[in-house]
Amino acid sequence: MSAHSEASHGTMGQLMTGFALAAILSIIPFALVMMEVDMAPSTLVAIIMGLGAVQIVVHLVYFLHLKSSTEEGWTLAATVLAVVIVAIVLAGSLWVMHNMNANMMPMSEGNMVMDPEATPGASMSDHGAGHDAGHDAGEASGHEGHN
Amino acid sequence: MTMLDTPLTGRVEGPKGPDHHPEHHHASPTPIGFWIYLMSDCVIFASLFAAYAVLGNNFAGGPGPKDLFEPGFVLIETALLLISSVTFGVAMLKAENHDMDATTLWLVVTGLFGAGFIGMELYEFNHLIHIGAGPDRSGFLSAFFLLVGTHGLHVTAGLIWLCVMIAQIRMKGMIPANMQRLSTLSMFWHFLDLVWIGVFSFVYLVRLI
Repeated sequence: MSAHSEASHGTMGQLMTGFALAAILSIIPFALVMMEVDMAPSTLVAIIMGLGAVQIVVHLVYFLHLKSSTEEGWTLAATVLAVVIVAIVLAGSLWVMHNMNANMMPMSEGNMVMDPEATPGASMSDHGAGHDAGHDAGEASGHEGHN
Repeated sequence: MTMLDTPLTGRVEGPKGPDHHPEHHHASPTPIGFWIYLMSDCVIFASLFAAYAVLGNNFAGGPGPKDLFEPGFVLIETALLLISSVTFGVAMLKAENHDMDATTLWLVVTGLFGAGFIGMELYEFNHLIHIGAGPDRSGFLSAFFLLVGTHGLHVTAGLIWLCVMIAQIRMKGMIPANMQRLSTLSMFWHFLDLVWIGVFSFVYLVRLI
């Protein structure tokens, strides 16, 4: 354990490998979105989230130097616990709220009357000025134009 | 106690004599303790991500992601934060060689990139509030400001810590206690870049498809 400081901060080679991998894994999703690649939206979402997950692992390994041997495995154990809790919180929230929305038809119809386009999956880009609250939205689009 | 252990003095015993495992050198509990803090911070961010996932489509007739988000802007923010993470890694390598001036230099570079990131985020928030797309506009924007703002506050705290760290290094040099602090701050800084991966993927990019 006397060499723990050398072991925990890696080498320049590791750092640069991590940098290269992280840069590639960041640029690909941005390129896919900015070049408006002709793919099914669900495929694109899966690719972007998948690359994000891979990049998180790259950061853990190359920047945070997470190893199964660090602190006799307790660091990894804490990380696995965090990942499990994060998965439960995210998946659980989406699942519960989706179920609730599915069982709240009158409420969602009420929303539909007020705001027909604010449903999941609806395109937001082509509406704005004509709405009840369209003043703000129109203003937003206007400013965005010369940004 | 363990902070006093150096190659020169060897193992320094506490007043109560040797530990119960004399053959086993126990490292400081700080890294694992700080890691557990980071993991609990992860859970905080998970709940904010969940709030954004649930409220992300509640526009209340206001502007949506495609009206507000600019992928090129977010790409530059991402690059600034990633480069700052790498420069911090370089600073750590310099610190291992006990090169105080080089460590200071790379920490300053890290701080500049971090400050650039925060500057861009403040500009974005100010712009959004100015055009009437503030956190009070819709559920989507409340969740957006809460999640991205919490990350920004963390980075700001990291910047303050970085300034304190540079002062400590200049005043006390590369003593073991400073090495410990530096390595803890490095964990914090890399962790913030890790959370940002989730932010640019889930908050910005998938909403611009």
